[in-house]
This record gives sequence, structure tokens and C-alpha cells, in this order.
Amino acid sequence: MSWEAVIGLEIHVQLATDSKIFSGASTAYGAAPNAQACNVDLGLPGVLPVLNERAVEMAVRFGLAIGAQINRHSIFDRKNYFYADLPKGYQISQFETPIVGEGSITITPATGKPRTVGITRAHLEEDAGKSIHDLFPGQTAVDLNRTGTPLLEVVSEPDMRTAQEASAYFRQMHTLVRYIGICDGNLAEGSMRCDANVSVRPLGQEAFGERTEIKNINSFRFVEQAIEHEIARQIDVLESGGRIERETRLYDPDRDETRSMRSKELSNDYRYFPDPDLMPLTISDDFIERIRLTLPELPEARCARYVEELGLSVGDANAISSDIERAVYFDAAVTAQASAKQCANWIMGELSAYQKKHDVSLAECPVTPILLAQLIARIDDGTLSSKTAKTLFDALWEAGADADVDELIKTLNLAQMSDDGALTEIIDDLIAANPKQFDELRGGKDKMLGFFVGQVMKATQGKANPQQVNEIIRAKL
Amino acid sequence: MIEFSSLRDMSAGLANRDFSSVELTQDHLTRIQTADSDINSFVTVNPELALAQAARADQRRAAGDQQPTVGLPFAHKDIFCTDGVLTTAGSKMLSKFIAPYDATVVAKMAEAGMVSIGKTNMDEFAMGSSNETSFFGPVSNPWDFDCVPGGSSGGSAAAVAAGLVAGATGTDTGGSIRQPAALCGITGLKPTYGRISRYGMIAFASSLDQAGPMARDAEDAALMLSVMAGFDPKDSTSAQRDDSWLAELVVNGIPELDRPLTIGLPEEYFRAGEHMGALEAAKAELQRLGHVFKSLSLPHTESAIPVYYVLASAEASTNLSRYDGVRYGHRCDNPQSLQDLYERSREEGFGQEVKRRILTGTYTLSVGYFDAYYVKAQKIRRLIAQDFDKAFAEVDLVLAPTAPTPAFKKNQLTDDPVAMYQQDLFTVPTSLAGLPAMSIPCGFSQGLPMGMQLIAPAFREDLPLMLAAQFQRLTDWHKRRPGEAS
Amino acid sequence: MSQEISDDAIDVAHLAGLARLALDNSARSQVGEDLQSIMAMIDAMQAIDTEGVEPLSHPLDASARLRADVVTESPDPEHFQQNAPSTGDHYYLVPRVVE
Repeated sequence: MSWEAVIGLEIHVQLATDSKIFSGASTAYGAAPNAQACNVDLGLPGVLPVLNERAVEMAVRFGLAIGAQINRHSIFDRKNYFYADLPKGYQISQFETPIVGEGSITITPATGKPRTVGITRAHLEEDAGKSIHDLFPGQTAVDLNRTGTPLLEVVSEPDMRTAQEASAYFRQMHTLVRYIGICDGNLAEGSMRCDANVSVRPLGQEAFGERTEIKNINSFRFVEQAIEHEIARQIDVLESGGRIERETRLYDPDRDETRSMRSKELSNDYRYFPDPDLMPLTISDDFIERIRLTLPELPEARCARYVEELGLSVGDANAISSDIERAVYFDAAVTAQASAKQCANWIMGELSAYQKKHDVSLAECPVTPILLAQLIARIDDGTLSSKTAKTLFDALWEAGADADVDELIKTLNLAQMSDDGALTEIIDDLIAANPKQFDELRGGKDKMLGFFVGQVMKATQGKANPQQVNEIIRAKL
Repeated sequence: MIEFSSLRDMSAGLANRDFSSVELTQDHLTRIQTADSDINSFVTVNPELALAQAARADQRRAAGDQQPTVGLPFAHKDIFCTDGVLTTAGSKMLSKFIAPYDATVVAKMAEAGMVSIGKTNMDEFAMGSSNETSFFGPVSNPWDFDCVPGGSSGGSAAAVAAGLVAGATGTDTGGSIRQPAALCGITGLKPTYGRISRYGMIAFASSLDQAGPMARDAEDAALMLSVMAGFDPKDSTSAQRDDSWLAELVVNGIPELDRPLTIGLPEEYFRAGEHMGALEAAKAELQRLGHVFKSLSLPHTESAIPVYYVLASAEASTNLSRYDGVRYGHRCDNPQSLQDLYERSREEGFGQEVKRRILTGTYTLSVGYFDAYYVKAQKIRRLIAQDFDKAFAEVDLVLAPTAPTPAFKKNQLTDDPVAMYQQDLFTVPTSLAGLPAMSIPCGFSQGLPMGMQLIAPAFREDLPLMLAAQFQRLTDWHKRRPGEAS
Repeated sequence: MSQEISDDAIDVAHLAGLARLALDNSARSQVGEDLQSIMAMIDAMQAIDTEGVEPLSHPLDASARLRADVVTESPDPEHFQQNAPSTGDHYYLVPRVVE
């Protein structure tokens, strides 16, 4: 029998606020244990939550970016359960009325066609702390620094059919949230975590099979592996006559397997009810419009514009538009009159290599978009050869944003020799010194043209324009 | 020197340099030491902290600070977190809990120069109407030591009634300021929900809890209210309003009532006649002052108790989940697992009544019952609030008894929770509607004080305060002391 | 519309489990009786007609107030852990949770 998988993802996006969703403690990663858990986060007697405006803005930003309805009225509920790293014994979340309603996102899997994945909803909630089981023998250590970090939980429709699609969706979401500046996207620090709902059904069957939930996957690779594995496990169970139990499973990347989490089954009656410490959240049209104005051009639209208006190849357009920093840098350089194609080459070539070597972000690069545009302009007008342009780039990197491109070209003597007379003189000398080679060239051995051009370049330390040299030598024949 | 004098009188004495705040505070401490052993109204008395605060207050006065509140001793209900001080909420769960921060109310009173003498006894987590659920033992009613003082702010009420302090803070969820005020013959005000910050006040039922002053008369209650009230950015449910009239209360006292009021008498509150003689006399007195009475109906009054017990228990059941023995509070010995730690710590740390309410709330919130109980109760809550809206379209204030009976004997109702819950019959509807209501002494029944309740529209605490002040200028029920012939 | 809900026996053991309260058998039966009578008292409200009435979750019928995204707290774990039953290296400690 042929099987088809049905996959939906719940992605927890950690919002990049400075302070927590309901308290004034910092959300910075990596502090000493419990040094960022204030009285509100600790759930001390008498403390009260006050909602962070920025978290609301970010949720709205996300809603607008996926074309979703923003609910003008949403409610914070208490989700009641006990766990060591859940200080209040309940998590403040949104149950029946989330802030963001239905929307969608387009994904392009590595293989297969682009497709639209429906997003059911996205809601705001607070994160729990961390339980560490291997620090003290026989005991679990609880660090509540992460408690109260704002999360946007994005719930997809069960629209994906393969692990590759699920992974492409996770990647696309990763691009989007960084693009609109609501999440740093740092997977290693847990800034994006995902739970996958997976079921299988015989190909052609309408009804969904029983599903399992795989918890807490935090890398692109693991999403694919974990789902792949779970699909195989379910098919195995069904083909050997078994039944799929609805349950929560944990993916173990070391063993490449998922296993049942019994501890979560204890409490499944969360007794949701509106948190009486918080009033309903009302969002005005004004608030939404203000945020809409600050929304950047989104990756899909940007990519299309690069292809249609700037003539980039689809590959280049994709590579640049999928990264907001890159896209912003590119746009700035193009605005400063750099040719789009050259600009794309430099950004993905030299600039990217230097960035890696010096471990800096694009925003921190000493070669600013304006400097790059000036450099490209000097290539276009023939002042720089591709070789001297690289020398100049290196010099600009050292000199920093205040550098003057033309000044540096002069100081470093990088301009191409475009004086016909001077070049002719050099060429005449070379012909005189290498009569045998010149004869061969004359005799039709075109390879010898390269020899002469190379010698001219050597003699001019790369400053001659090879095109021009070519022309002069040809004229001599 | 100070026994039974009012905050206003003490303030005059301090301004006059008749005595210092240190002397006044020392006097209070001595009186508590001798008289509280029979009453048990304090869980904690803090001589050192109080005297240090008093010394600072004396310095402020010496430096020319003329705020009337500077140097006035008072007590906090032990439900307000007080930085560095034991804060128990009357529970074994918190019997060793040293609060690491100040409640907004605590900070405000300290800023106003008031001297916190100690923390008063209360029903465990404010759940009770008799102060018998406290881990620190029952409180005796100063009018009759065999009787309860009411609850949950029973310690505050008894301390004021016994003349141990002239004022104390209280909290009211379903009547916890007003009912003990009535049973102890003092003046208590539950302000409008949102008037006083709940930050740092240990939560019982978040949509109902409201702090308020308990004092000997309306003037002192107003003085305390003006210090306690005000917008607090740390409380999302705190009301943002122009409070200038409240600030003026401190300086000028309660303004004179400049017109006769139309006072509503809800028929549903006057059906139990046995103890209502005092209230009838008070009505006659108010009529002589020119006020006009009008009968009206608040038809959903009877449902208030069921609705209250659904909503308050539901909120409480989750508000109390944080007491899990992990970060603070009681932890059982030798927990075998996290599960065992939770179950035994909570079983040992909470008393009977608290557990009853947690389980009631867990039940009404659970799958399958939520709509039938919680949502249903919220709908009736709206009907109850609408009853009051209609009433206040016709009258300025509503007058009602505060409690159905005077103070009852200890242990009389402890085995019958449902009968105990009926104590809140007349106070719960206003709590559900979030309205301000005040209880003032209006006479006696069977030798024990009775209270009458003045209920006002939202944010109109000025009305009951003005009426109470007028009434108290012409009567002396609020000046009666336990032990004197009544 | 009147519903009789509390006719079903209340499963005290289940509730105590959800609320993490260890109740022995005798406590459980006492609490069971108490809950039955409390729920009977509460069920009186089922007689009220609430057709078309919106639930009121808050007396203040207002909207959420938002705070600016500013770090205002710099917590000191030592200070807060003075009340903690068991800590190590500034972690809160509980019996090992097996997952």
C-alpha cells in the first residue's frame, strides 16, 4: 500500500523584545541562573502581569506579513498545569481568541513546486523556564531566566505532505520572522522551536489518520529527520497491523528516533479561563495601520522585483531577497547607482567572504553600500580592472566607511593605464624583446596573444586595460 | 494617651508636639503587648521596624513636613507583602515567608510617613467569614471573646475595635472588610474595584479582591483611603482616573454633604427581620437629616452567593497553584518525586477551607463543567451588575444591612461551610459588581454591634463617606467601646 | 433553562490529582460530602435565565493597558532565594524529574 503523510507544525517564535512579556526583567540570553527572574517571573505571592506593548506590535507585524486578520479583541487565558519550571502553576496564553487569525505563507521545497501553507492562527504567550536534569545527582535544577519570554505560537494547517515540505516551511518562517524583525532566529539558543503533528493515511483516503505530536525540535535538519522517522515508524506500526496512539513524542537526534513522553500525559485538563489579572486586549485600526507602514517589502515581493525590474537571475534574486540584511544592503547600493548584476556578484562574492573571515554582520561591514557602489562605478568606467578592484576592496575594508574611493585609487596607484602612447611603447619594447613569439602570433597562433597581454599586465602591475592592450597588439599585426 | 483616639486626633497631637511618633508608637506597642493576648489580632508585631519608622517620621516633622499622615501608627493585614517582614496570609504555607518586596499599598503608606506596627491575623488566604481558618489561631471579638470578629480581615477589625490601633488595612473579596467591620463595630470601606492597587496583595480572587481602610470612623477611613488609592502601572486592573478629590481628603477631611440624598432600600436585603432593629433606627435618623428613601428591587441578589462561590473559587484554585513548594513556602519532608513534593507540600500547607475552595474551583473549571458553571456565573454576574446600574439611575446610594447577624460564637459554623457562606449574603453582590461599599456602626443587637452598608456607584466613594461623616457627627455608635454598657 | 449538573458523583480523587493535593481516603470522603453540598448550593443559580446575556469577566469592563518594552528589573537571585526550600548554585532544586 502507498501511504501519504499529513503534517502540521506549531512553531514557537521567541519575540525579540528587550523585556519580558509581562514583567520588566531582561530577555537577554545566557545570564547566570535565575539572575533574570524577577518577582513577577518567579510567581511570588501578590505579583501581577502587565503586557509588553512591543510584543503586541510584533504579533501584529507577523499577522500583517502573512496576510492574516488581526483580531481587534483578544483574550489572555490561563492554561493550568503543574511543572517545576512553570512558576505560577499556569501559563498565560491565548486560547479561544488569539491575536492573529488565519493567514498563509508560500514555501519552495528543495524538490517540488512552490505551495501555499495555511496558517490557522498565531497567539501570544509566555515561555516557561528550564529544567536541567544532569547538574545535581538525583535532582532537577530549575532556572527561571527564560520564564516570561514572549512567544508567538504559529499554528499551521495540516497542509504539508512530506518532511521536506515541513522543513521548507520552517525555513521560510525563519526567513520571515527575521525579515520583519520580530525574532533573532537563533536556533541554537532556542529562539525558534517547533512541534510537529504527524499522521499517515493510505494514499487517496480523505480522512486523517490518528496523529502524534513530536515536541521541541530546534533545527532545520532535525525537523526533517524527526518527521521522516516518525512517518516511517507509523507506517511500520500500521503495516504490521498495529494502531497509532495519540501521544506526545520526543525526538532524540543522537539515536535518530522518537520516543513516547509519559510525563506529559498526566494532566490533559488545562482548565483554560480568562486571566482575571489582565483585561482583554483591544487593538485599534490606527495601531495596525501604524505598524503596516513600518513593514518591510516581504521576501516574495522583493524577489520578483529583483528579477523583473533589475534583471537579476532567479537564483541571485532569491539569494539576496531571502536575507533582510543582504536585501537592505543591496537596495542601498543599487539606489547609489551601482549596476544590479555587479552588485549582486560583489555581495555574494567578495563581501560575503570578507564577512565570514572577519565574522561581522553586513550592517557592520566597513565597506558600506555607497562605497561599494562607487567601486563598481569605477569598474564600469574602466578606471579599475577586476584585479585592482579587489585590491581597492581590500583597502576599503581597512580604511572604513569614511574612505574616499578616488583618493585611494590615486594613493594606491590603481587606475588602469589608458594612455595609448604609453602602452604602445611598452608593447613595442616587448615585441622587440620577443621576436620569435611575435612571429608565431603573426602566423596565426592566437595563444600568443595571451602571452603578450600577460607580459603587458606584468609590466604595468595589472593597471593596463586588457581590452585596450588587445586592440593595440592586433593593430600591430 | 492614645487608647481609642482617632488618627485625626493623633495627627493633631503630633502636629502640636504633644507627643512624638516614637512615643506614640511605643504606646501602641505596649498596649498590644498587654491586650492582644486575649484577642490574637496580630500575627507579627515589629517593634524595631516600627520604632525606626517612627523616628524617621519625627525627623520629617522636625524638618517641617506637615503631611497629616506622618508618624501615624497603624497595622497591615498580613496579606500585603512587606519587604523583609514575615507575610503569611494566615497560612501554614507561608508561615515562614519573608516577603522580598513591598506591595504598592505598603510603599504608599510608608511614603506618607505612616508607621506600620505589625501584621494582623486573617482567615487563611482571606477565605473565611470568621477568622477561624487562620493557621495562627482564631481571633476573638473584643465585644465578646467567645465570638468571632468576622472575616477575613478579622485581625484588623478586632485590633481597631480593641483600641490597639486606630486604623488598619483590610482586603475585601466578598465582604472581608465590611462584615468584620460590622461584627466589631468599626468603620470599613471597600472601594471600587481598581481604586487601590492589588500589586503585592496576596491574591484570593483577582477579579474581586480590593484593599480598603478599616478605622474607627469615616474621617479616619477617608484619611487612609487617600493614601492607599491611586493608579499603579504595576497593576493592569488599576483604574486611571483624576483623583484630586481623594488627595484633598488628607488635608481638608470629608466635605459636608450639601444636599439631601435619595437612598435606595433594596427589598431583597430587608427580609430577615430579627436583627434589623438597629438599622431601622438608623434609617429614621437619616430621614430626620432630610434624606429620602425609595424602595427598589435588586432581583438577582439571591444568585450572588452561588455566582460568587463559582467565580471566586475558580480564580482562587489557579491563583493558589503557585504554592507548590518549589521556590518558596512550605515543602514537605523527603519528597520522593516532584509529584510527591507537590501533593504533600500542598496538602500539608493548606487548611481545610482553602482546599475545599481549590477543589470547588478545579471542578467548575474542568472540562465539561466550564460552561455550565463558570460561564453561567459570569452571565449572572452581568445581570447583578445591571441590577445596580438600574438602581443608580434612580437613587444616589443604596442602604442595606452589612451582615445578616451580629457576631456569632466561635465554632458555631465551622462544620457547615454552606451556612458560613451565607454570612456574605449582603456583601457579595457589590463585590461582583465592583462597586464601593462602606460599613458603619449603627447600633446593637443582643449586646453586639451591628453595621449598615452604604453602597455607591463606581468611583463614588465620596457619597458614602460624606453620608457616613454626617451620620457620625450626630450619633456615637462608632465611639462605643467594648466593655462599656451598650 | 435549568440543568442539574451536580447529580453526578464528584470524582474527588481526580480533582485532587489535578490540584496536586494528597488526600487520604477519609479526607477524600469528607471533602466529597462538602463539595456535594457546596455544588447543591451553587446549582440554585442554574434556574436564572441568561439567554442572550454576555458573560462579565471583569467589573471594570475595560481594555488591557500596555507597558513600554523597557528593562526595569535587575533581580538578585540571592535575595529571592532566601525563601527557597532547596537551592544549589542559584538553581531551584526539586527531586529529579525523569523524562
